[in-house]
Amino acid sequence: MEFQHSHASHCESGVMSSMLRHLGLPISEAMAFGLSSALSFAYLPIIKINGLPLVAYRMPPKFIIKGLQKPLGLKMRFETFRSPEVGEQRLNELLAAGRLVGMQTSVFWLPYMPEDLRFHFNAHNVLAYGRDAASGDYLLSDPVVETTVTCAPADLRRARFAKGVLAPKGLLYYPEGKPSEPDWAKVLPKAIKKTTRILLDSPIPIIGVRGIRRLANAIQRLDAAGNPAAAKMFIGQVVRMQEEIGTGGGGFRFIYAAFLQEAAERLARPALNDLSETLVDIGDEWREFALSTARMIRDREPLNPSKLADKLRAIADREQVFFRDLRRAA
Amino acid sequence: MLDNEVPQEGNSTLAGHRKAMYARGADGKLHIVQSAGWEVEEIVTRQAVEDLNRLAEDARQRVIAGQTSALEYHMHKARMDVPLLSQVTGLWQWRIRRHFRPDIFQGLSAGLLQRYGDAMGLTVEQLKKAE
Repeated sequence: MEFQHSHASHCESGVMSSMLRHLGLPISEAMAFGLSSALSFAYLPIIKINGLPLVAYRMPPKFIIKGLQKPLGLKMRFETFRSPEVGEQRLNELLAAGRLVGMQTSVFWLPYMPEDLRFHFNAHNVLAYGRDAASGDYLLSDPVVETTVTCAPADLRRARFAKGVLAPKGLLYYPEGKPSEPDWAKVLPKAIKKTTRILLDSPIPIIGVRGIRRLANAIQRLDAAGNPAAAKMFIGQVVRMQEEIGTGGGGFRFIYAAFLQEAAERLARPALNDLSETLVDIGDEWREFALSTARMIRDREPLNPSKLADKLRAIADREQVFFRDLRRAA
Repeated sequence: MLDNEVPQEGNSTLAGHRKAMYARGADGKLHIVQSAGWEVEEIVTRQAVEDLNRLAEDARQRVIAGQTSALEYHMHKARMDVPLLSQVTGLWQWRIRRHFRPDIFQGLSAGLLQRYGDAMGLTVEQLKKAE
């Protein structure tokens, strides 16, 4: 079967959606995202990226790939490599066997990415679906790019074997066996409940709704008068993580809302449709937060961390109510 | 976000790429819409890029003034910091900082220079010059 590329808003869910469709189980990107309970929030002050804390709006990398195994009765194989040579050879073998191979890469070394977006971010997922016979370049399907792309072997090798936080170690993944149509009435409520647990019941105060409040406090503490440049870098980072390539805007809230609509249809539960609308509203609030932040960075309005912190607290309150309602509806 | 609210302002940092975003259509259903870019994203991305460029330019000036080695310039140019460069090369951070001293950088072995070059995708010749 000819491989079909599709443009997605997030790399990992996009890769899995394309892979499953290729295997004969058409599942939308939003469904892949929601079914694996990938929505989250985490404020991780200990993990620094260029000296700034990591803020995540979804579960850690590989969570979607792994999370889809159980509901779809699919077994994924993961392979990492110590030596780039062996890793490259293995990729060639799998492609020669006609397989579709998922890979974890560093955005910085992918030449087709826009220059300004090439940061050292190591958990970008792309699919390889073949090699160009003449040049030896790899044929890639990068879900966040509109069309398929090619990548020279030397560049891909660097991207796959980049080091640092979340180093990919040449990770390859591919399915074993075929996925089967799940029992939606069972898997969907389960996946939704899991998401509500992640956001409401985390034992650590930096995950979930509590994490949003913790981040609000950290922003409140920023020294706007003494060191405005540092304060701006910090709030800019929060928004970059929310809007940077592959998040679909609104910190993944919109894609999850799309998932809830699909779930409402599959389960014939209109209540989920109403919740989806509420979540779109919350996503819009995240966008308002991003807008004020950007305006403060550019001095279009005075730098005021407490105002941003209050906005975040308001979002946290809304999300808390929302996920409680969602739990009841599931 | 409605279909017609999907930002199409253009975003120079995307270099012509378009992003897929979820928005609500006239029928109330969420679906993917291509976005040419949002100014907010452009601002925050440019902020990060400009900060990295500033560090590189600052290092370049200090190389000219003889206060640091070309290694520091290339590290910033490759959008890295000392902890990351340390992880990529497998060298201790204090050793890398020591190599920021021009006199010590001058005397580095070919093997070490190669290691730095490989880490940042540069040839040894490129690595020695801050340009």
